[in-house]
Amino acid sequence: MIAEAGLAALWLAASLAFLQLALAALGLAGDKAELLGAVRPVAVAQGLLTAIAFILLVMLFLRSDMSVALVASNSHSMKPWLYKFAGTWGNHEGSMLLWVTVMGVAGAAVALFERALRRHTHMATLGGQAAISLGFYAFLLFASNPFARVQPAPADGQGLNPLLQDPGLAFHPPTLYLGYVGLSVAFSFAIGALLTRQVDAAFARAMRPWVLGAWILLTLGITAGSYWAYYELGWGGWWFWDPVENASLMPWLAATALLHSVTVLATRDALRAWTVMLAVVAFSMSMVGTFLVRSGILTSVHAFAVDPERGTFILALLGLYIGGALALFGWRVGAVREGAPFELVSRETMLVVNNLLLSVILGLVLIGTLYPLLTEAFGHKVSVGAPYFDRIAGPIALMLMLVMVIGPLTRWRRDQAAAITRRALVPTLVALLVIAILAFKAWGRIGILPFLGIVIALAVAVGSVAPLWKRNLRRTPLFTWGMVIAHLGCAVSLGGMASDSAFTVEKLVAARPGETVDTAGWTLRFLKIMPVAGDNWTALQADMEVSRGGGTPVLIHPQSRFFASPPTTTTEAALLTRWNGQLYVVLGQEAEGGRWQLRIWWKPFVTLIWLGGFLIALGGAMALVGRERRGWLLKWRSRKAQEALA
Amino acid sequence: MRKALIWLPLALFAGFFALFASGLLRPDDRVITSKLVGRPLPAFDLPAAASDRPPLASTQLASGKPRLLNIFASWCLPCAAEAPQLMALKGAGVEIDAIAIRDARPDVDDFLKRYGNPYARVGLDARSAVQIALGSSGVPESFIIDGRGRIAYQHVGDIREDDIPMILQRLKDAQ
Repeated sequence: MIAEAGLAALWLAASLAFLQLALAALGLAGDKAELLGAVRPVAVAQGLLTAIAFILLVMLFLRSDMSVALVASNSHSMKPWLYKFAGTWGNHEGSMLLWVTVMGVAGAAVALFERALRRHTHMATLGGQAAISLGFYAFLLFASNPFARVQPAPADGQGLNPLLQDPGLAFHPPTLYLGYVGLSVAFSFAIGALLTRQVDAAFARAMRPWVLGAWILLTLGITAGSYWAYYELGWGGWWFWDPVENASLMPWLAATALLHSVTVLATRDALRAWTVMLAVVAFSMSMVGTFLVRSGILTSVHAFAVDPERGTFILALLGLYIGGALALFGWRVGAVREGAPFELVSRETMLVVNNLLLSVILGLVLIGTLYPLLTEAFGHKVSVGAPYFDRIAGPIALMLMLVMVIGPLTRWRRDQAAAITRRALVPTLVALLVIAILAFKAWGRIGILPFLGIVIALAVAVGSVAPLWKRNLRRTPLFTWGMVIAHLGCAVSLGGMASDSAFTVEKLVAARPGETVDTAGWTLRFLKIMPVAGDNWTALQADMEVSRGGGTPVLIHPQSRFFASPPTTTTEAALLTRWNGQLYVVLGQEAEGGRWQLRIWWKPFVTLIWLGGFLIALGGAMALVGRERRGWLLKWRSRKAQEALA
Repeated sequence: MRKALIWLPLALFAGFFALFASGLLRPDDRVITSKLVGRPLPAFDLPAAASDRPPLASTQLASGKPRLLNIFASWCLPCAAEAPQLMALKGAGVEIDAIAIRDARPDVDDFLKRYGNPYARVGLDARSAVQIALGSSGVPESFIIDGRGRIAYQHVGDIREDDIPMILQRLKDAQ
């Protein structure tokens, strides 16, 4: 019954999406207020129904209802409940249902809470959101029904990818999805504004919180995903430039650019066409990413079910939506007036540079990700790996970081180069000092990129707090604090990355229980190796006593884990976090003579990478709350004033 | 200038779209073919893996007539699923030899008793050394060896029912 109810809710939601599109289109075309009045309630009902369908699927997973094909092939009754829960979206159909759910709920939120947008643009936006949702409903209902039954029902399920059995990963994909699909709102806003030709500062102010919200979730999702890859894959790396990772990075780069250009549009009414373009590009990148991942046209370490038929369906959706939006852009943007002009030396110019650099990185990552596809079309097989991305994107990212120091210190509209230089004096001095110290201590031992990375990280760290100089800190608006914290987060993250690649010590040994290994100031005593058992896995676990510089020894337990259903082996790295870095130990294969392969890394300040990511998201959240609170306060004050007058 | 720029994104997207479509429409050719196809078999001499079948050496595969060399293991489920197809091939007159990977003689005996024994000879490759030399990455896999001891074809994964005509044809071509 639950499965049938879920399917019914999904069909109903799809019909409502169609109704929502029709009402908005007819209402706007004929300017009929009574039709437009029904759009918002329909959008809310549609959002509710998708949420119900999703909750019903979660219930099926929690109850291990093996008569549902999706549950049978992705879950197992022996699995801990948290992973049954996470299993809902750890597969193709469930994740696509999550996709339309987020899209429906976001649409409902736009219907309920958006007040700043002009009425016609608002309705056009909701119509656009319904139009995108419809395609994905069709995809779910015709090509990937999550509620399909299987006859006869199997006795038990076929498990979930054991790599995904991890609390971090249970919540990493939904966070990313919220971000990906949250960008659909910005896309619909752009469509709405192009249709009504109302691209201006008010439009930007209305769009900004939605972009910011999606961007915060994307940032958190990427940060969590990077940490998951770091400790679960057992390779000691934190970013692999894998197509799936790039699929999450590209929307983030576009959204970051959008976030900055929308601020220019909101504050100075400039960059109109460009901002609309970015809003289209950001969600397009989400869809392209999903297509790349789900169609299997690029091979990835993230093994998803590959299905060319579904790929064709998503490709058709891509063509329809991205092609349609870009055509609408070409057709309508000529009618959008040029925005306000600005001087060469100004905050606007800095943000344009920021946007250009982000776009260049985005383009290079896109080319690198698609290059294997391109050469394959001409009969050559290549794979583009980390060396390309590091060498190409790295220097541009460092340039971007430099702009980050100067940008916030530059005034809107017009500024003097000499004045900016004066304000950026302290960060510059810090950078020079760090160069001197590093050159003296570590010249020739670390690469040029990590070297520059450390220098720029410290300069940005100082530069990011410079906008607070000589300000009354208690009267500084919360969104300014948000910017400062987010930029500081970039510096912290960059510092972690640079430190990891400059100073990491790696050691690969074959050791017998009872032996001692010394590396990077740490002493590891290999005590014993023994089997242990968990809920649905067994493992070989090494017990080790580690200590640094004669300090108190700590026990760590790296494991090599075997899952029964489906049969898979995973490594569970042992991580020991200290304030100045992480010790990372992986238990490998058994070697000759009772020895075991051990891979040991000491990674100084590596944790800063994810701390920085968290700070960036926190800064975004502060900016969001700051802006919104200011809006409420202004509204509240004007209402009070009106009441006082009346 | 501005006019052209406005349509540039759509033009770029059209290019990407064509690229994606070509990627999707291209037949899946992600099957890994061994570099050893067309080369002589690596030399090996394996002990017997089954108690009622003789051991296997590479020289015995150059018998003047194409043979099928099946790589399997008693612990491998797809190998059990493949067994009926191998029996069918044997019924069609194909001579099949096998290498059991990381296996033990009682287990192999048990496996052959349960699923049928289509093999003329079965060699035991306890540490996958021959498997690696053959460029095989998993079980089951099958190689067609022409009469002169050269690898004519590598089949990755189990032989399905629909593969049988193709295998027979390739055996004929290897003559």
